[in-house]
Amino acid sequence: MKKNDTGPDGGRTQVLPPPPPTPQGRPPAGPRRRSRRASSENRAAFAFLTPWLIGMLVFTLGPMLFSLYLAFTRYDLSGAPEWVGFANFERMFTTDPRYLDSVSVTLTYVAWSVPLLLAVSLGLAMLLNRGLRFLTGYRALFYLPSLIGGSVAVAALWRQIFGEEGIVNKALALVGIEHTSWIGDPDSALYTIVILQVWTFGSAMVIFLAGLRQVPQELYDAASVDGAGALRRFRSVTLPMLSPLIFFNLLLSVVNAFQAFTSAYVVSNGSGGPSDSTLFYTLYLYEQGFAQLNMGYAAAMAWVLVLGLALFTGCLFLSSRYWVHYGDER
Amino acid sequence: MSTTSAPPRPRRLLFGNRPTRSRLLRGLAKHSVMIVTLTLMLYPLLWMFGASLRPDNQVFNTLGLWTGDLTWDNYADGWAGGGQLNFSRFFFNSLTITVLSIVGNLIACALTAYAFARLEFRFKKPLFALVIGTLLLPYHVTLVPQYILFNQLDWVGTVLPLVVPKFMATDAFFIFLMVQFIRALPPSLDDAARLDGCGHWGIFWRVVIPLSVPALGTTALFTFINTWNDFLGPMLYLTEPDAWTVSQGLATFLDATGQSAYGSLFAMSTLSLVPVLAFFIAAQKLLVEGIATSGLK
Repeated sequence: MKKNDTGPDGGRTQVLPPPPPTPQGRPPAGPRRRSRRASSENRAAFAFLTPWLIGMLVFTLGPMLFSLYLAFTRYDLSGAPEWVGFANFERMFTTDPRYLDSVSVTLTYVAWSVPLLLAVSLGLAMLLNRGLRFLTGYRALFYLPSLIGGSVAVAALWRQIFGEEGIVNKALALVGIEHTSWIGDPDSALYTIVILQVWTFGSAMVIFLAGLRQVPQELYDAASVDGAGALRRFRSVTLPMLSPLIFFNLLLSVVNAFQAFTSAYVVSNGSGGPSDSTLFYTLYLYEQGFAQLNMGYAAAMAWVLVLGLALFTGCLFLSSRYWVHYGDER
Repeated sequence: MSTTSAPPRPRRLLFGNRPTRSRLLRGLAKHSVMIVTLTLMLYPLLWMFGASLRPDNQVFNTLGLWTGDLTWDNYADGWAGGGQLNFSRFFFNSLTITVLSIVGNLIACALTAYAFARLEFRFKKPLFALVIGTLLLPYHVTLVPQYILFNQLDWVGTVLPLVVPKFMATDAFFIFLMVQFIRALPPSLDDAARLDGCGHWGIFWRVVIPLSVPALGTTALFTFINTWNDFLGPMLYLTEPDAWTVSQGLATFLDATGQSAYGSLFAMSTLSLVPVLAFFIAAQKLLVEGIATSGLK
């Protein structure tokens, strides 16, 4: 695929031996012309890239460097940042129990929601895959929650569903179970948000579906001939063939889960409560940075998150060598 | 083989009775799993719609969907608002920001993607690595310094912090999506256009853009949904109630609501989902195919 793309000047100009009338009126030959063409292409490329380059410098790289500096300061928007060395990081890991709480809340959330989401999306994709009628209709309906799962409206709805008088308790009452508010209970509040995240499995499922369609039927047939049962076929054909997409979905959902904000904010009314049980990393970062104006501390938190995520995705990429199979024929 | 061309015969059916029945049963089982799962998933949404049509004192009475005295009053009340709540204003604000974001993302990401997909230039590889790098970068790391920057520029309180970055192609995901798409377009079209005297701009505008409509559509749709649902950005930058978006309005409504106004809250929540659902229904296929292919590369 890539081979066709490379070297536009090398490939394209020399395809036509009789010189076509070029703008310069010269035959396309010799290194000089090629370099002139290359340099004009160079200029054109940077013209096309100008908005992106500006955005990259002003809105991404510049701010990143600035926040790296801020991480070592105390700053509350007034006056100049005051250099404090590693004090912010020390505080995080030694004297700020809420920070450690937020780390454990987020990790618990990721550890539950990501595997559940992948399992549900893969399972339903397998069920949907072969010759089921109304496939497109089902697919669309399953996909729908992932469009609105991040909205305030759905988070507000969640607060009612799992509230004292919510429909979950109403349904439980039908079978004679009494329960208090799931949102108000520190033991269950986080899991209501896990459910919200898993509810949005549709986009991952759509990706799995597209991948399943590319698994050659011959592989299954061959496996069947060799006496493989359904479970064995799943383990030895489906999983390896889908592994690039499992990797892709795993990566996306981990990154998404680490960045969840709206649902936690709305469900807990911005507090991360009850008793910090839904104090997500992002929520605590927001609270420190923008409610208490500890901007240096918030910047330090952001950098720890970046490094943590980089470490995590790095390990994921390293491990992928052992379990992700890229088929040769694709 | 033969069954595809020849009409099915009764004898054949008799012979194939067992497999067809088991297939039928399996299909039935699959459909019932689908329908049960879908009902469980979508029930909350339907319930919310039902509750938005009930008078306030009956909102929480029932697990059922359309029971009690149905009325559109909640919609009128919620829309009319009161105090800081002015939902017609919020919808207008959300729409403005969303439209500007879509335009910005389309222009900036298409320009960038064209350069990466079609042109050769110095530092192409490291620059593209930068695109991929920002793809996975958590937004938190720029949250605080961007706020400080926009505060210095005196942009806090305006829509500029939410919109201007979009015109600078800060959304790497869409660049990536379009690069993948443009790469797959046949290069011979470029050559033909070049022979006809088109420069890079001409090729971009007359060849690549018209052929990239599916990728542009996907970008527009996802930008629409992300911007419409965004909450943190507006909460940081839109401080005056007059400038609030629908998300902010709903969150404030939720804070201010006792058990008394849940009907209106649900009515406004339902309304806030309508544009997203409408977009989705209109372009369901494009969206689902788009995400599937972007995942598959």
